[in-house]
Amino acid sequence: MSAATNDTLIPPQPAPAPGPKPWTAERIAGIALMLFWIGAGIALVAYLYAQWDVDKVERYGPKFLSGLWTTIRLVSISVAIGAVLSLPVAFARMSKNPVISRLAFAYVYLFRGTPLIAQLFLIYYGLGSFRPQLQAIGLWVFFRDAWNCALFAFALNTAAYQAEILRGAIDSVSRGQWEGAYALGLTRIQAFWKIILPQALIVALRPYGNEIILMLKGSAIVALVTVFDLMGETRRAFSRTYDFQMYIWAAVFYFIIVETLRNVWNLFEARLTRHLKR
Amino acid sequence: MGEYLTLLSFGDLGWSDEIAWGVLITVSLALATLPVGLFIGFMIALSKQSEEWTLRIAADIYTTIFRGLPELLTLFLVYFGLQIGIQQLLKAIGIDGSIEINTFFAGVIALALVFSSYASEVFLSAFRAIPAGQYEGGYALGLRHRLVMRMIVLPQLIRIALPGLANLWMILLKDTALVSAIGLTDILRQTGVAARVSKEAFLFFGIAFLLYFVLALMSSVVINRIEAQAKRGEQAR
Repeated sequence: MSAATNDTLIPPQPAPAPGPKPWTAERIAGIALMLFWIGAGIALVAYLYAQWDVDKVERYGPKFLSGLWTTIRLVSISVAIGAVLSLPVAFARMSKNPVISRLAFAYVYLFRGTPLIAQLFLIYYGLGSFRPQLQAIGLWVFFRDAWNCALFAFALNTAAYQAEILRGAIDSVSRGQWEGAYALGLTRIQAFWKIILPQALIVALRPYGNEIILMLKGSAIVALVTVFDLMGETRRAFSRTYDFQMYIWAAVFYFIIVETLRNVWNLFEARLTRHLKR
Repeated sequence: MGEYLTLLSFGDLGWSDEIAWGVLITVSLALATLPVGLFIGFMIALSKQSEEWTLRIAADIYTTIFRGLPELLTLFLVYFGLQIGIQQLLKAIGIDGSIEINTFFAGVIALALVFSSYASEVFLSAFRAIPAGQYEGGYALGLRHRLVMRMIVLPQLIRIALPGLANLWMILLKDTALVSAIGLTDILRQTGVAARVSKEAFLFFGIAFLLYFVLALMSSVVINRIEAQAKRGEQAR
């Protein structure tokens, strides 16, 4: 009996080969979309290659680069001024005095609740209504210039956003950290600079990076008030040549700077938070 | 004072009727973009957690592109790109002539592209916040995948995604101001025209500023209501 069973036992077999992958809707959509992107990429390169014109490159290339430099300068200066301005605003926002905290709240809410472009127009065109008064106090020289107005509007705007980032980050540090610092005999200021702020800044790192990228992208609107940043140069070149590749090139430039900034910031963040990795 | 009141009256001498029209355009542009952007954003979020790598990468390319370009540039690319593209296409089949793309339509498309790529991130993180046990529980009850999605995952997903989406709505409302650059008669365009004609730039741009602010205030009131409504099932803590 048992011998007969043994005779008929089949040797162990490998698992059956998997059948062909089924053509699900998902798979078809995925392949179609990938083909679309690959096609779009090839079309983009082919278009830029076909439209390559040495004359135009010689004439507009340096302008694009100077526009790019203007954009970078505008964003870095306004973000730096905004960072300085955001400190008092964030403290005012956390103040126990209701008048101060409400005022700071109103400032933050006003600047975060309205479009940057409306703020820019209000400052650049709107302040022109007060020309005699501004001339009388000598500020007209400053506000006459579109670049200064853009810097002013951007700094005020980003200060409001950065104040919220900072406040959120400081709030996120637990009370125990303050209490611990006091228990060690540190003063309030020492506790803030040595214990609280370093921890808060780590929390704030990511939102700060996002804010810089938002400013970089938002800065394109200065082209509408006659500042010749990357977008401004693009618009000027487009209006002269009516050649669509100008916008494509602007897109390529913006894309490269935003992606570079994003990746550099990620590396920076990874480096600064390496002690938190498990 | 009297001249300001005239400027702000309704009718031929005043600008209020024009500005009111601008408010209507701004609000309807944002409201028209919202469903389109939400739908595309949700689809992108689904693709990003698909098992097909092609779909995941295609979705990643989409969000990387539209989060990496300035909104104003996206708008110009869509507006001029569609216009020139359609003209070339018509020329190829033998029709000559210039084509004007509707600015409202171009605005909706450009804003939806931007909105959806941010919305997909919000949806994706909401998806990740739902524990796998919720799906498993649904399957254990014998529900099909679609039903699990609709009856178990989606109600929780919406609640988790709501604050992020509310934030995106505020950003969308502010981004609509950019369409004035392609000539759509929104708040900023109308007040800009009024400012140029009347030479009262501060008055009219100040009004534009305040109108956007009021829209933001009204939105946050509505959003708070929706959030309270969405949270009513949660236990009090």
